[in-house]
Amino acid sequence: MSAVAKPSSIHSTFAPMSARRLLVFGGIALVAAGMFFGDIFAVFILHQNAGGQGAALIAANQAVAAGDETAVSKIFGSLGSILEDRGTKVDAHVHMIGAGYLALMLALVQPFVVLSIKTKKTLAALFITGGTLLPVGIFLIHYVGLARSPFAAIGWASILADSAGALLIIVLIAEAWGFRRYLRTRELAEPALPDDNSWERRALLSGGALLILLGFLHGAWYAGEYLYQHERMETAILQSMISTASANDLNTATAQVANFGNLAGARAVNIAAHSHIIEFGLLAMLLSFVQPYVFLSTRWKRRWTQVLLAGFLILPVFVFLELQFGLLAGGIADIGGLMIIVALVAMLVGIFRYTGRLDAPAGGAA
Amino acid sequence: MTGSSRLLIIGGLALAAFGMLYGLHYAVFVEHQTLDQMGGSLAQAFQSAAGRHPEQAHAALYSYAEAKYDYVRQVDAHSHWIGLAMIMIVLGVLFGRVNFSESFRQAIALSLLVGSAVFPLSVILQTYHHGATILKALAVASSGLVILAMAATAWGFARLRPN
Repeated sequence: MSAVAKPSSIHSTFAPMSARRLLVFGGIALVAAGMFFGDIFAVFILHQNAGGQGAALIAANQAVAAGDETAVSKIFGSLGSILEDRGTKVDAHVHMIGAGYLALMLALVQPFVVLSIKTKKTLAALFITGGTLLPVGIFLIHYVGLARSPFAAIGWASILADSAGALLIIVLIAEAWGFRRYLRTRELAEPALPDDNSWERRALLSGGALLILLGFLHGAWYAGEYLYQHERMETAILQSMISTASANDLNTATAQVANFGNLAGARAVNIAAHSHIIEFGLLAMLLSFVQPYVFLSTRWKRRWTQVLLAGFLILPVFVFLELQFGLLAGGIADIGGLMIIVALVAMLVGIFRYTGRLDAPAGGAA
Repeated sequence: MTGSSRLLIIGGLALAAFGMLYGLHYAVFVEHQTLDQMGGSLAQAFQSAAGRHPEQAHAALYSYAEAKYDYVRQVDAHSHWIGLAMIMIVLGVLFGRVNFSESFRQAIALSLLVGSAVFPLSVILQTYHHGATILKALAVASSGLVILAMAATAWGFARLRPN
């Protein structure tokens, strides 16, 4: 069993600066950067932001009790800013990783995209550019706001994000056009991916399918059991909060703020666990294809695959357990995220190492 | 390329493009207004409570809940269309490794396509008919179809035999 594809095969399918290489390298880099950003956000911003939301709601209750409408208006102005701060960072994290997945996926289908080499390279470069600018634009929305914007509700950062999103759509349409041409000619535009049957590929494929299935089952369980219940609870808690604050019962109102925070936490961990486990399953399947291009020894490739799959399972499971075990579970989930990032960077290094050996007459990695 | 692979790749690309176009349309024309309505209604509820107008506070809170109900489902539908489309495209490239007959693979692929298209659609339709039982049933049935198809796919991968 050979873990590294034959050099001649790789040379023809993974030429330097080819569309496929740009998409594989850019895709893994976007996913790793998005994961790193997510870890930083979870450790340094998420809990502080939740604390800020709770403090703002308590202050709003106090203003309601005092009958001070102006103070309520000011507090909600600041609460909106806190929510926007959180929302744009979550969106930047999600969109950066999503663009990375799409790049890897496009790398996968390149043999079936019948366009000229130059066009495919240009499309790949445009896709990586759009995938980078989209999360950057989203991240900047909170900081740029409506400064110097010609529009009433959309700022320059939103314009950047929307333009980058449009660029991604244009590239996808062009790729679909190339695929349509394949369907007419039935001739591959470039050699198919190496038919590798290594342990790493099989582990990532079957592990990925199982992770996706687990995520689907968890999502169905959450939607059936809690989705509507949580929506009703949110309205009931807010109603109680307002009523008790109006009646000057600030202790009960503050207790409802705590209930509101717990409910938001319960929803957040379930949604995060659901989305992360499916995304990791998909990423595992995508990464199974790039294994022939990871120029590391079989032993190290296997180790990094094990680290990656362990991280893929640890992160969503311990995010889900955060409600029961608090920060301990959160810390373990962050370690799972770190394991994924390290394994991804190791694979990226393997691909980078391969780049320098394209012209080697034969052989595998040291 | 087999028929099942083609169905998954073409269907996935179409669904991804549609999901993105829907998201772009929503972001440009609807999202900002909806977020303003949500924030404004919640603030209005507290302001009315501070002014000792409980009925207005209740109405504003109801408006907040309605706007949030719609917002959550719109965003969920957008993300599920694209997410499921990506899974379909990746599976399309791999479907030769699902160790079943081509006719059974085509049935799995068709189930994935139908479920992935209808599930988010039934979620979006709920924003027009809140709590409609038929739409909830459609969401359950279509998501169940996707789960069954994915379970069959995982089983097909597990049946993989060495060359």
